[in-house]
Amino acid sequence: MNRLATARYGGMLALAAVVAVLPLFLPNSFYYDMAILVGLNAIVCIGLNLLIGYAGQISLGHGGFFALGAYASAILTSAYGWPPAGALLAGAAGTGLLAFAVARPIMKLSGHYLAMGTLGLGIIISIVLTQEVDLTGGPDGMPVYGFSVFGWEPSGALTWYWIVGGLLLLTAWLALNIVESPVGRALRAVHGSEPAARTAGIDVVHYKALIFVVSAVLASIAGSVFVHYIGFITPSEAGFVHSIELVTMVVLGGMASIFGAIVGAAILTTLPQLLTFLHDYEMLVFGAILMGVMIFMPKGLVPAIRAWIASRAR
Amino acid sequence: MIRHLIGKCAAGLVSALIVIMAAGSASAAETIKIGSFLAVTGGASFLGDPEKKALEMYVAQVNANGGVGGRQLDLILYDSGGDPKKAQSFVKRLIEDDKVDIILGGSTTGESMAIIPLVEKAGLPFISFGGASVIVEPVKKWVFKTPHSDRLAVRRIYQDIKAQGLSRVALFAGSGGFDKSCSANARELAGEYGMEIVADETHGKGDTDMTAQLTKIKNTAGVEVLLYCGFGADAVVEAKNYKQLGMSLPHYQSHGSASMQFVKGTEGASEGMRLPAAALLVAGQMPDSHPQKKIGLDFEAAYTAKYNEPISTFGGHAYDGLMIAIGAIERAGSADKEKVRDEIEKTKNYIGADGIYTMSATDHLGLDTNSFVMVEIRDGNWKLLD
Amino acid sequence: MQFLFAGITVGATYALVGVGFSIIYNASQVINFAQGEFVMLGGMTTWFLFERAGIPVALAIPLAVMGTAAVGMALEKFAIEPARDASVVTLIIITIGASIFLRGGAQLLWGRNFHSVPGLSGNEPIDIAGAAVSPQSLWILGVTVLVILALNWFFSRTMTGRAMRAVAFNLLAAQLAGVNNRRVLLLAFALAAALGATAGALIAPLSLAYPEVGIMLGLKGFCAAILGGLGFPYGAIAGGLILGISENMTAGYISSAYKDAVAFVIILLALFFMPHGLFGRRGADRV
Repeated sequence: MNRLATARYGGMLALAAVVAVLPLFLPNSFYYDMAILVGLNAIVCIGLNLLIGYAGQISLGHGGFFALGAYASAILTSAYGWPPAGALLAGAAGTGLLAFAVARPIMKLSGHYLAMGTLGLGIIISIVLTQEVDLTGGPDGMPVYGFSVFGWEPSGALTWYWIVGGLLLLTAWLALNIVESPVGRALRAVHGSEPAARTAGIDVVHYKALIFVVSAVLASIAGSVFVHYIGFITPSEAGFVHSIELVTMVVLGGMASIFGAIVGAAILTTLPQLLTFLHDYEMLVFGAILMGVMIFMPKGLVPAIRAWIASRAR
Repeated sequence: MIRHLIGKCAAGLVSALIVIMAAGSASAAETIKIGSFLAVTGGASFLGDPEKKALEMYVAQVNANGGVGGRQLDLILYDSGGDPKKAQSFVKRLIEDDKVDIILGGSTTGESMAIIPLVEKAGLPFISFGGASVIVEPVKKWVFKTPHSDRLAVRRIYQDIKAQGLSRVALFAGSGGFDKSCSANARELAGEYGMEIVADETHGKGDTDMTAQLTKIKNTAGVEVLLYCGFGADAVVEAKNYKQLGMSLPHYQSHGSASMQFVKGTEGASEGMRLPAAALLVAGQMPDSHPQKKIGLDFEAAYTAKYNEPISTFGGHAYDGLMIAIGAIERAGSADKEKVRDEIEKTKNYIGADGIYTMSATDHLGLDTNSFVMVEIRDGNWKLLD
Repeated sequence: MQFLFAGITVGATYALVGVGFSIIYNASQVINFAQGEFVMLGGMTTWFLFERAGIPVALAIPLAVMGTAAVGMALEKFAIEPARDASVVTLIIITIGASIFLRGGAQLLWGRNFHSVPGLSGNEPIDIAGAAVSPQSLWILGVTVLVILALNWFFSRTMTGRAMRAVAFNLLAAQLAGVNNRRVLLLAFALAAALGATAGALIAPLSLAYPEVGIMLGLKGFCAAILGGLGFPYGAIAGGLILGISENMTAGYISSAYKDAVAFVIILLALFFMPHGLFGRRGADRV
């Protein structure tokens, strides 16, 4: 039982259970749509959380990577007739390469300068996507049709749900393994104290760059799946509003907590839908909720819940 | 470590419960449900806000007068902020959860295009308020629209420019979807009207200063006329900068500036500018025999009385969309989606605030260049040019 | 020449906003994402006072600035102070929540339309060396210069100003010397809000006032602060001017479509070569 209860197995089991059981509670395909969007955001957030929570770096430009993966899939499949799986891999590879190219210089920055660097990167990507109308369809975006892997097509919301659910479990598994591996320990050392880590012989910039690339690739993959599911992509996905939303999800759910990233994604994705009844007050209340949660649960939701349960157990 | 397990389960269940709690209301079947998604906030609120106000006002009015065929209208409206992603989610919610009978909305082209696959698949009629012609060209079974296409607007503008004997056009546009679509049309149609594009500048959304681009245009050799594609606050800044630089080229705005908010915002800088607009804006100046005069004046009176702000053509789009939909429902005798769709397609000579619509199986817009009038801004007001 | 003036005008605006970022950062290590909203409030309040309450513009602006400063202090008191032990990232998210809150509130109170405010001395452009300059631009430049002088005097001559500098330098030592950190933080927010509001009120005649105007301006102000080195108000001013001028030069001479992108590329390049900004000191942190 103890082995089951470790984060890796116990948490994964719980997540798998939720993913498997949730469809019973979803009355129609709108709810599936919400769940799928939550899942996709969660994939990006898990990667971003590795960067922010474990490695202690910040990125305000991850929307850009998401959009790159999405546009790569969109353009390669629509204009060049590539198979979707190939386009997804190409998008991921391309994004990874870009992230790798900028990672070393960017990771030399620290703190808010790093934030600015990633912010600038994301915005440049979004501007290029907006202006190159011939390639990307410009600000109104472009449609994407058909997703088939070796001739099999997803036939409905439920199928997509399983696809995304499966990817989410895979990502969570991967992230958990990274965290508990030597790489993860190196990251936590870096987060704790960079000079100390350097003294201990850890190549700080190398690890930071590595995690940056990993999180960028995850975002790209999520973007590719997203564009095939939704059938449409616009440059606003690369914009800094989207990037900030992603960071907010990570911090809200709890940094340095993989499941926190999932919870944060779930809440921030569904909250606007829940608040629609407020009409004109929606933005006001949304901002208030954000502030309130962070003031009373400064480490994020999942760590706060965990701490509360721990205090009960005493 | 069990704590962690429990913690994760709790978090997961909380998430699931949240999704469940978002269950929409299951209304009685007596009402006709009209779903709508508009850019009420965000960069396109210039469009979505008056559309929302017009819809709400007229739905209330229709309901007060007994509804449609004895049934009340239930307007379910979501704010998409002009974001196609949000629009998609809301439309899915409207179709699956709120189970609406018809959808009116889509302030921007981007969000309208994004949801077309959804309404086509679900089979319910959609009247869009988006601007670009691509929404209904090529014709899609379930998709209609009420605003004039930007292509029509450009044609009307070029007609006017040509009538003045000018041909060397400087093009200036923003970076939004509407801006780019309008300027693309301007480039495409230039040859047809004998126009030559001698300058082509762009600015970013929300730019507070455009003197750089306007100076370039001013210094372009042989430039005769300036056409600006953009709307909202951007158009006002452009007009002000234009005046600041002391430019005196004939200046054309797109129909996106067809709102008093634009004129007031420019504080006189827009004097002498011309733009194509729906007859609605100058209803008072039309001859009494003009069929749109009464509808336009009524709309203006009701809207300004209720909201204490001047009208714009965007509110007119929404009004027309609603009325066309109601007309179709009445003719169909029910809210059956297939029947209503057929009736919308059969709309003939419907006299709306924005134009006189005659739709057909090959034309889901129903307007032509005659539905535009050319107006000039004089003394801070619209002056109809004949 | 025209480009230069436009660039300086817009750059001065960025500068004022950027200084606000630097001041708050100095006092608390927090990036206040609601800074753009202070700019918005400055412009919107000025419009409201002028249009709806009939107060002349010259009076409306100082009132708007004071009102926004009060909002800034309220933000600090009710949102930042309760969370003062939280990590910096959490505080940043709180300011993001605050910016959404303020935007929502503004839309609720004043509607979503954009409004124009008359300039302080009319709209007739003045000819300077062949460039048509709006008199409002001169006001913006003039006020910015005044602000620089006032800040200089404040930080070097007054007790409170020196206390703020002490806090930025070394918090613990400052507290040991008897500086009330909480008061300093409150003041920092008030000051930053006032600066932002001044920028907003002055630029409103040129760029209109509407609830969403703060987003882009806040972003550019942040860029200005970073470019100049976070925590150095004078750096922010330099950064703002550089940003504004390079933007307009690009739009004028190269390509107006990519002008925003070029601005960011410049910032990225600057950061690559000078990772602490133009004037940032290469600090030595205790390990």
